[in-house]
Amino acid sequence: MTLAGHFPYWIVVVLMMVGFYVVISHGNLVKKIIGLNVFQVSVFVFYIAMGKVEGGTAPILTGQPETFSNPVPHVLILTAIVVGVATTALGLALVVRIRAAYGTIEEDEIEDQETEG
Amino acid sequence: MSMAGTSFSLAEHLPALQVVIPLMAAPVAVLIRRNTPAWSLAAVITWICLAIAITLLNRVLDTGTISYALGGWAAPWGIEYRIDRIGAFMLVIVSAIGAVVVPYARASVAREISPDRQYLFYAMYLLCLAGLLGIAITGDAFNLFVFLEISSLSSYVLISLARDRRSLTAAYRYLIMGTIGATFYIIGVGLMYMMTGTLNMADLAQRIPAIAETRTVLVALGFLVVGISLKLALFPLHAWLPNAYAFAPSAVTVFLASTATKIAIYVLLRVLFTIFGKADVIHVEDIGAVLMVLAVVAMFVASTVAIFQDNVKRLLAFSSVAQVGYIILGISLVSQTGVAAGIIHVFNHALMKGALFMAVGCVFLRTGSMSVSAFAGLGRRMPVTMAAFVVGGLSLIGVPATVGFVSKWYLIQAALEAGLWPLAVLILLSSLLAVIYVWKVVEVAYFQEPPSFRHDLREAPLSMTVPMWLLAGGCIYFGLDAETTFGIAHDAAGSLLGVLP
Repeated sequence: MTLAGHFPYWIVVVLMMVGFYVVISHGNLVKKIIGLNVFQVSVFVFYIAMGKVEGGTAPILTGQPETFSNPVPHVLILTAIVVGVATTALGLALVVRIRAAYGTIEEDEIEDQETEG
Repeated sequence: MSMAGTSFSLAEHLPALQVVIPLMAAPVAVLIRRNTPAWSLAAVITWICLAIAITLLNRVLDTGTISYALGGWAAPWGIEYRIDRIGAFMLVIVSAIGAVVVPYARASVAREISPDRQYLFYAMYLLCLAGLLGIAITGDAFNLFVFLEISSLSSYVLISLARDRRSLTAAYRYLIMGTIGATFYIIGVGLMYMMTGTLNMADLAQRIPAIAETRTVLVALGFLVVGISLKLALFPLHAWLPNAYAFAPSAVTVFLASTATKIAIYVLLRVLFTIFGKADVIHVEDIGAVLMVLAVVAMFVASTVAIFQDNVKRLLAFSSVAQVGYIILGISLVSQTGVAAGIIHVFNHALMKGALFMAVGCVFLRTGSMSVSAFAGLGRRMPVTMAAFVVGGLSLIGVPATVGFVSKWYLIQAALEAGLWPLAVLILLSSLLAVIYVWKVVEVAYFQEPPSFRHDLREAPLSMTVPMWLLAGGCIYFGLDAETTFGIAHDAAGSLLGVLP
């Protein structure tokens, strides 16, 4: 296995770092959620790549001997995607209410208001 | 089938019912759309959960570990619910706190959450309870993640229900950090699956030792420990906790402070001792040493910060970070006494922090404030509440005849057993910091006159003081008779460490 053989995992690492960096560095609450999403997507890709078997197809029994990809990680990640969607929805809902309460979605401006009040 | 047949099978399925009952009740509470019926439903369901948990604990103590194949699919392919001593003990802690908080919540929630949202509070509360119980009961690493997210997502909602707008930013911050923690956890699980092809914890435990030295497994361990540490608010990953506890509705603070971080500690125990136990990573990879240092720093730094807080809820939140330090310190010693001291402090701290936050909630109900100055003169105006606060405070310090003493006694004993007497000194010194922050509130309550314009201050209603005193009474009862709880904790630690079956 060379660099090319690990290609999906390189994508995972890059996506993970990009997402993590956005979460940490951005002060905009919506951008933070997007960063969080990218971070989570990297994990989805990681699981999907893990289950892939070279030359394998979807595990549907057709009678002839075939190699199959491992369906378990794919199923697991369906669950994780659902969790991710729920988290994003809740996060954005919170941002909407923060915007209504503070009039801004910039972290530093919110902090200014909190230290004043 | 005869009647005997059906009742027999129902008893067989208690592990599933433990989670399914609150899980199904949550959407029912939403559909009811009325506050009082939703509260009644929550009350009935939580007490049923407690009854099931106690039954399961007794069964585990009598006949040993229960293995339950969910949906009849046998492990390791199906999801296994596996209840051993520590799991059953956690089920009882979580469901007992869950059952006690609901009666308390009635008046508190009515005051702190707007009427059109109160039934949603009970729905989210039940969902959170289902998630926490699920974590304690499952024997499957990925299923644990799902329950972790069920409990986390519902706790973000619970926190944001308060009227104070700062609860929104606190919930948002918790959401970001909690999701990073949970995502770290699934990365770790994924890496383990890659190497072993299994998600069942017992199965993982069998297969990990052979490959424990590979980089993939070590990276997995790193992700797991960091992710869970975020959830359990181990210093310095505790940044989400103080505001989340301080600005959440009082009933939510009581519930989360007593259960959510505790269940994360349980997950850490599972990873370090159940999954990686045979590989002995805590020694080989120096994780124990790292945890020990962080725990000691937490004990001192968080306690010191607590002293300078003006908001009593925030003060107690920082104290929670310090108390998590004590628990992790016990675990990091990796001896049967040490781990047992950690486990018993999980229970004891749930009792004392529950009582303390309930007392603060009562004060908030009457004064509308949580700052230290609002406590002025309450020693005479709200004697029942303040007495509970004092009992909880004494437990935090570790005064004899309270549960705090029991925890610290065993913790110091474990430190001395390990030959680390400086650690014992540090435990005693950090307790002095607790004296300062508890005294700060008690002094104002008993030695200052109440403000003259607040002559209408009176005691909180019985529906709040009775649950509060159940927990405060527990602090004294289990402080005087620690044999039962310590016996369970000691055996649980034994089976985690592989000394006992």
